[in-house]
Order: sequence, then C-alpha cells, then structure tokens
Amino acid sequence: MDFGTFLIQILNSVQYGLLLFMLAAGLTLIFGIMGVVNLAHGSFYMLGAYLAWFLAAQLGSFTLALVVGVVLAVAFGLLLERVLFRYFYHRSHLDQVLLTFGLIYIFEESRSILWGDDVHSVNIPAALSASIPLTENLSYPVYRLFMSGVCIALALGLYWLISKTKLGMKIRAGAFNRDMAQALGVNVKRIQMVVFALGVGLAAISGMIASPISSVYPNMGSSVLIMCFVVVVIGGIGSVRGALIAALLVGLVDTFGKVLFPSVSSMLVYVLMAAVLLWKPEGLFKQ
Amino acid sequence: MSTRRLVLSRSAAIIGAASSGLLLPSWAQAQTSKLKVGLMLPYTGTFAQLGVAIENGFRLAVDAQGGKLGGREIEYFKVDDESEPPKGVENANKLVQRDKVDVLIGTVHSGVQMGIQRVARESGVLSLIPNAGVHAATRALCAPNVFRTSFSNSQPTRALGKVMVDKGHKKTVWITWKYAAGDEAFEGFKEGYEAAGGTIIKELGLPFPNVEFQALLTEIAALKPDAVACFFAGGGAAKFMRDYAAAGLKDKIPLYGSGFLTEGVLDAAGAAADGVMTTLHYSDSLDTPRNKAFRLEYAKRYRLQPDVYAVQGYDTGLLLIQGANAVKGDLTNKATLYKALESAKIDSPRGVWTMSKSHNPIQDIYLRKVENKENKVIGVAAKALADSGAGCKMA
Repeated sequence: MDFGTFLIQILNSVQYGLLLFMLAAGLTLIFGIMGVVNLAHGSFYMLGAYLAWFLAAQLGSFTLALVVGVVLAVAFGLLLERVLFRYFYHRSHLDQVLLTFGLIYIFEESRSILWGDDVHSVNIPAALSASIPLTENLSYPVYRLFMSGVCIALALGLYWLISKTKLGMKIRAGAFNRDMAQALGVNVKRIQMVVFALGVGLAAISGMIASPISSVYPNMGSSVLIMCFVVVVIGGIGSVRGALIAALLVGLVDTFGKVLFPSVSSMLVYVLMAAVLLWKPEGLFKQ
Repeated sequence: MSTRRLVLSRSAAIIGAASSGLLLPSWAQAQTSKLKVGLMLPYTGTFAQLGVAIENGFRLAVDAQGGKLGGREIEYFKVDDESEPPKGVENANKLVQRDKVDVLIGTVHSGVQMGIQRVARESGVLSLIPNAGVHAATRALCAPNVFRTSFSNSQPTRALGKVMVDKGHKKTVWITWKYAAGDEAFEGFKEGYEAAGGTIIKELGLPFPNVEFQALLTEIAALKPDAVACFFAGGGAAKFMRDYAAAGLKDKIPLYGSGFLTEGVLDAAGAAADGVMTTLHYSDSLDTPRNKAFRLEYAKRYRLQPDVYAVQGYDTGLLLIQGANAVKGDLTNKATLYKALESAKIDSPRGVWTMSKSHNPIQDIYLRKVENKENKVIGVAAKALADSGAGCKMA
C-alpha cells in the first residue's frame, strides 16, 4: 500500500466511523439516560432511509425530504415514547428487549405493507453528485464528504447541547439521579421524552443521509444495529464521547481489516471489542 | 390403561386410518386420493418475493394441465421457511411427516436447503429444488430422489471467465461476500477464468451482508486490474454498483458478475449499472417465442412481470408434470419416476435443458449487458454447461 492509498483508506475509515457514530449516539443516549435497551434502534435507521426515499419521490426534493422526514421521525419518536417506552423505564432489561424485539417485527411488517419489499434508491442531490479525482483511476464522491460534514456538525451540536445548555444540564442531572432531579423541580418525564425523540431523530437522520449511497432495502436496520451495539459497548454505555472514539476506532479496524487481513476481517471488530472489554470492562469511557 | 379404553382407542385408530385411506391398497389410493404437493418456500423476510414468484411459476405450469398431475387432482400444503436455516429440518418434517406430501418443492436459501436435503435423504420423499444453488445438494450429498431445476452456485460464474479473456481482460480482481454462495461462485469463476488463460491477481471479500465497500474499492483502484468480477445479490448488489460508479471505477475498469448482480435491482442501481456484463441461465429480455409466450401468460394471470425465479418455479412444474405423466400419477412407482425425471427434456422459457447425472440442469448460460435498466442478451456465454457433480455417488 503506497502512501496515497493509505491516506485514502484513512479517509474511508473516518467517514465510515462518523456515520457509525451518528447511529450509535442515539442508542447510547437512550440507554445511558433512560436505561432502555432499544433493539429497535436499527428500525429507526430504516425508517429514516425509507422516509427519505418516499418523501424525495413525493416532494421532488431531497433537501425538502430531509426536513419533513426529520420532523416526522421526531414526532414518531415522541409518540412511541408516550404510548410505549414510558411504561418500560422501570421494567427489567428483559422486558425491554422483548418489547423492542417485537417492535422490529412490527416495523418490518408495516414497512412491507406500506412500501413493499423492493430495493429502492435515492438520487444524490445534483449539487453534491460530483466526484473529486484523487488518483488516476479513483475518485471520491462529494456526497460522502458532505455526509461526514453533517456527522461532524451533529456531533458538535450534540456536544454543545449536552454540556453547554440548560436542557443538557437537566438531561445530565436526570441521568445521574432521577429522583433528586425531580425533587429539585426538573420535569424528568419531559426530559426523557425529549431524549428519546432525539435518539430516534439521530437514527432517522443517519438513515436519511446514508440512503443515497446505501440504497433502501428491507431489513437494512438489522446489520447496522449490531455495529451500533459494538460501538456503544466499546465506548462505554451512555457515553457520547466514548461512542465517537469507539466509532472512529471501529471504522479504522474495519477498513484496514478488510484490506490487510481479508480472511479474518469479519472477526476483527469483535476481537477489538473483546480486547477493550478485557482491558476496560466498562468500556473506554465509563459514564 | 383399562381394557375398555384400549379397545376404544384402537378402534378409533382403525376407523381413522380407514377414512384417511391408509388401509386401501396403494393402486386404489393412486386413483382416488389427491396428490399432495408440499411447498416449502420463504413467504416472509428478505426472500419473500422469490418464494411467491416460484409458487406463481409452478402453478402456472400445472394449471396449464388442468391443475392435475398425471391425471390426479392436487392438494397443496404450504410452509413458510422464513429463510431460517435452524428451522429447516423442522419445517421440512412438517410437510413430510405431518402432511405426508408426495413431493416437496423448496427452497430459496441454501442453508435451509441443507435441512430439506437431510429430510429428503432420510425419508426418501421426492425433493425438487427451485432455486437454492448450494453445491452439496447435487454433489457430495446428492440423492436419487433430489432434483434441481435452477442452477448450481458455480454455474453462472463458470461461464464468465472465457468471455472476459476473449475481451482481453487477462488480470482480474474478484470480489464477493465471504459466505457459502460467494465462495462457490468464486470456485466457478476461478475454474473458468484460469482455464481460459486469465490470472486472478487478488481475491477480495467482505462479511455477508456487509455493504461498506469503500475500502475495497480503494484497494481495487490501487491494484489496477484489467477488469473486476463479482458476486453480489439483492440490495447489496445495487449498492455495490452505485459505489463502484461513484468511485469513478466504472469507466476505467469494466465490471463483470454473476447474473444475480443485476436481477431485480436495476431500478435501484440506475445509471450505475449501465454496461455491466453478467452471465446467467436466463434473462427477461430473451428474444424467443417460448419466452415471450411465457411472459405474456404470466403477466396476464398475475399482473406482474416474471423474473428468473418465476421461470425456475415454472420449470419445476414442467419437470414434475413429465415425471407424474410417466407414472400416471402414482409417485410411489419410484424407479420409473426417477428415470422419467432424469431423462426429462424441459422446454423452458430459458431454452431447452436436460438433467445431469447428478440431477442439476445442463443449460445454456447467457451473456447479458445492462442497457436502459434491462439485461440485454448479447449471446450465449457457454452452451449446455453442466455442473461437475464432483463427489456425487447415487446410492
């Protein structure tokens, strides 16, 4: 591997890692703050992708589809929290797993009834459809760079929200000690609703902005869900910063694993997870 | 248990057996009872559409015979295999032991097929495979009562090599998902390509069904092969072609593949698929009167366009019709039945094909090129291609 190719592979790693981060951030937030194991997180990713495809076709604009899609996804998250998840915060993890596992089936079936089982594609917006030539025969799609940009912006936004705003302070307080926060006048119920909707929104946004390059297809949520859990576990459950570091690490291992050790590449990410857990049983950044 | 209850339950069992026909001599049964056809196909999950297409095709063929097989009425039994390999044996047994089917038709997923294969070998039930291309079914684990009407996993890619070398592509990179079907497709490609004088400079793979191709595309660009050959299917195939084009590789390094790369995903792949060349035993656009008649009939009945899976289901029907006619509907006459199936000549929409010694189709493989969201047939890549059937010993 020459130096140029090496740099391009680093770029690939970072870009994949950032996308993983966006997905995993929602999962780790919901888990860390509400203690809910949400197996249906991948379904929200799928929901986002299908919304992007459906709305882009209906509205004729990808940008407009993004805006409407985010609103719909967040509204859906609020609704789910209100009618279902709210009653599961205090239940055992097993109950939560059963609930969210059941939801996966319901979402898949609804998707099949509403939108069918075909593979669909979403066109990259014309302004971002170009490719930048990197070497004599390899170009880099501008859209991938745009995706990374969105991920970085969202990561910064999330950091700002949680550590610099009053809402973030309440979120942290609620996660640290729910009863005490409530006693001090924080409306924990509303905070939880917001955090849940935020998590759903993040997953849906990832699905939406990934849809032009990933295509839209049934069960697309299940494969990303596993990677999400790996990232969350490596990063430390509930830690957004940990999720970022872990996602970049997974991106790096996955990318170079595929190229350098193709025969064992499917294992390497899990080896990384096992190694991290041996070294730090609670993940890199314990909450 | 008291004697009276024993007597009662025994007589109940006898009455039950008599009413279900168990006490009748088999010749009488053949005349009177319905022929039981078991369909074990995916009706839910990723492969649901394939299962439906196969059943549609099968019924189209059988209904053209007045819905009868060898003069007998048919009763259908259906099991959704969900493409879940762990449930393969259990689901096959539902049909074989509970429903006592005369013939088991299934399935799509190769892992599930291995479960059916086990049940078929143990019970001796006639098993017809309408899709799953797993090698073992007609190689090491072949059986006199198992027949495939689709393809073996290495068959489509076996024909690819010569085409590529003839076009001057002597150095190739192969890329696929690392799982059974991908490995078997590679086996076919390697045999064909190396026999034609080509060199595979690198074999790239990623875990199934991972679709993060960017790292490997970068690797391909660095290796600078004459061409790339691949095996992908479904949503991953569409993404691979789009990524390949977006990385700027499409115009510099031609892309070839097993025909499943471009089946059912051309709308999703869009312009990224234009010019991609693949090899398969069928193409929607095959310009023969037989294919056109079939497509018209299918479209009229189901208001859907048939695909390669519908053709395979249809051919399964055609094969079973020939077998059932030869024994006048008495599928228990195994020697005659198997002989008829082995020597069957199927006039399929894909072209005429015959059975190999190991019970896999000997068929033409077409070279197709994607043009305007259609697999245009350019020619025949390999005439009457047979699977090697290596390791098959019929008991």
